[in-house]
Amino acid sequence: MTLARAIEVTRRYGDKPALDRVSLGVEAGELVGLLGPNGAGKSTLVNLLTGIRRPTSGRVELFGGDPRSAASRRELGVTPQETGLPASLRVGEVVDFVSAHYDNPLPRGELLDRFGLTDLVRRQTGGLSGGEKRRVAVALAFVGRPRMVFLDEPTTGLDVQARRLLWDGIRSYSADGGTVVLTSHYLEEIEALARRVVVIGGGRVLADDTVDAVRGLVAVRRVSLTVREPLPELAGVSDVERDGDRLHLLTGDADRLVRDLVAYGIDFSDLEVRPTSLEEAFLALTREPAAA
Amino acid sequence: MSSLALTHARFQLLETIRIPIAVFGSAFFPSAAMLAFVVPFVGDNAEYATYATVSMITFSVMTTNLFQHGVGVSEDRAQPWDPYVRTLPAGAAPRFAGRILSGLCLMAVSLLPVVLIAAFLTEATVTGAGFLIAAGTTFLIAIPFILMGLAIGYSMPQKAAIVVAQVLFFPLAFLGGLMTGPGLAPGIVEDLAPYLPTGGAARLMWSAVGDFRYDFGSIAALVGWTVVLGGGAVWAYRRDEGRRFS
Repeated sequence: MTLARAIEVTRRYGDKPALDRVSLGVEAGELVGLLGPNGAGKSTLVNLLTGIRRPTSGRVELFGGDPRSAASRRELGVTPQETGLPASLRVGEVVDFVSAHYDNPLPRGELLDRFGLTDLVRRQTGGLSGGEKRRVAVALAFVGRPRMVFLDEPTTGLDVQARRLLWDGIRSYSADGGTVVLTSHYLEEIEALARRVVVIGGGRVLADDTVDAVRGLVAVRRVSLTVREPLPELAGVSDVERDGDRLHLLTGDADRLVRDLVAYGIDFSDLEVRPTSLEEAFLALTREPAAA
Repeated sequence: MSSLALTHARFQLLETIRIPIAVFGSAFFPSAAMLAFVVPFVGDNAEYATYATVSMITFSVMTTNLFQHGVGVSEDRAQPWDPYVRTLPAGAAPRFAGRILSGLCLMAVSLLPVVLIAAFLTEATVTGAGFLIAAGTTFLIAIPFILMGLAIGYSMPQKAAIVVAQVLFFPLAFLGGLMTGPGLAPGIVEDLAPYLPTGGAARLMWSAVGDFRYDFGSIAALVGWTVVLGGGAVWAYRRDEGRRFS
């Protein structure tokens, strides 16, 4: 069952398109990462799917209905921006306020306990640290026992322990059949949680595949070595970065490059071959339209 | 749904009360105006003082609601909390109702000193029944101004909302005859006032506390304004998508 769907959706602000004919479906039980830099269009896409904005053209659906009608959002949970919590109100008051909107919310104590917020219940949100605000924001998405949550950068800025805790929470929600859409430009987060990655750049879907496939899509490896002599022309090298004596070569075929280096008898040292991070894969993907 | 409206009202009141100066601010202006204009000029004439007091109440009903909702809503819309609330499964009704309830509570707080000043420092007088009718009327006439405020707040950005509220309130007060007693305004104001929301509201208040006769044409106009402003507020809410960038 498709819980959220965008069909040929375009959204403009003024005459600047933020999304350009984007189609996307999120099936029940999926854990999808939406990846892209700020301004790529991922927030706009989430805003359309959660009923905050409406598309300029095309269609969006949430639980089979119009996201802008309240009934379609009964089983939806969304994280507020952690900077947006009402500063003068206490954590418990904010949770109660959100709970009042749902038919069968989690009891306050259970929610606070699950997200490690019990000690903060009497604190005004304006006085919380960035990490505490983030945890409150994520907790709010789960107040209404949603079938689907949209989490915006849920663990950016958290310390390692708090991040692991939240990741475990999100994984167990997903394991219980919950559907998660995760937006981030923080790659470790998506690599750790998502099975499917949708890369958004320039208002379009650039890739929509598994984490491994998105990385494999560009299959670029970085070969680093220290050389003192100039290198001959090498086949299959897409990019060269020079850092003093250290060279970083990007290539689709690292094995061949290393064989060539040896065959040419080049006097190199400290050879290092490593897969590109998702970030590099992602940079290659977003650069592509400009090159084409 | 009605309990959700109460939740919204409570939430908004909590936010306001945590910054008590905001409550003081909305109470200050009407009291100051009473002391500066009504007490020295018509304070010793029972009839004029009574009419002037309810005119002042009408005036502050208009200004508090216009600013509280017009400026307050556009301010809220600029906060990142607002788009989040729009993802919760509730439509416009509980938010509107909650806002209106909390606005009425704050309005009552700001009007209390006006009534006390009228009672102790002027000759203004009213019967017990007249007082109750006037109190009820105060809440009734607040409705069109609340809706006007909401329509402004949801349709324009903060800076524009402040300007529009400021530009609107003076002509509405003057042309509605709030600056003058019943029957004392310049001719054009006397002709126009009954059909303006301010004039219609003031007339209801005058009738509540004195011998001023209910004017059904004026009441019909006020109901009409309420419907139009209500439509405007709902329209503005529906098309609103928070702060806009282009």
